[in-house]
Amino acid sequence: MTTPSLPDVAVHLGAHVDDWRQAVREAGRALARSGSTRAEYTDRMIAVIEEFGAYVVVAPGLALAHARPGPDVLREGLSVVTLAAPVEFGHPHNDPVSVVIGLAVANAEEHVASVARLANVFNDEQVIARIAGAASADEVRQLLGMGRSDESEHRS
Amino acid sequence: MRIIAVCGSGIGTSAILKLNAERALGRLGLSAVVDASDLESVAVAASDAQVVLTSTELAGAVRAALGRNHAEIIEVVNYFDVDEIGGKLEASLG
Repeated sequence: MTTPSLPDVAVHLGAHVDDWRQAVREAGRALARSGSTRAEYTDRMIAVIEEFGAYVVVAPGLALAHARPGPDVLREGLSVVTLAAPVEFGHPHNDPVSVVIGLAVANAEEHVASVARLANVFNDEQVIARIAGAASADEVRQLLGMGRSDESEHRS
Repeated sequence: MRIIAVCGSGIGTSAILKLNAERALGRLGLSAVVDASDLESVAVAASDAQVVLTSTELAGAVRAALGRNHAEIIEVVNYFDVDEIGGKLEASLG
């Protein structure tokens, strides 16, 4: 199994946003920068929250922005955005959000491994605050147990 | 016993819920099959399920989608809190 990657361009620390839409948009931009998605995917992540509500705020302070697989997903990817000031997503218990993770998967089956990794990381309840306060992409990668480059992953 | 984990899109959040529900069941020594589903297909997926796990945010929509299905809906606040999920499953199944 390859080490999952989180390139520098997929990490945006201390983003200044006014509301949850901007926060999700930053997570989408970071996914697009890393080559995982096209810009339309960002709109679909926002549409999921508009349709179903803030359930993507899966833990106190953490939103897992995502949408279904689609042609705008070029390959599986992850982005991490921390917010300079937390924003409300409208979740009854888990607001305000200080960390937004953007998740893009190419098909419903292949994402289980990446989600399992996230579950392992975030089952430690301290991790969200640590990521929120991370000073570098390296620190975020270390907390998530991820590598920097994805070159080896796509060689074949 | 069958448990369905539901989210809006059927990927991502419901998969996390499924994983942590399996962990919680393991800790409790309970055995059950946990499947992930999206809202659209939850009525079919849950036709033979005892419990449907979802977020507070989606509980109303899940209830509407289930109609007369008698599966119990459990609302999870923190998808990564295995203790919370386990406590709620134990109260429901125990």
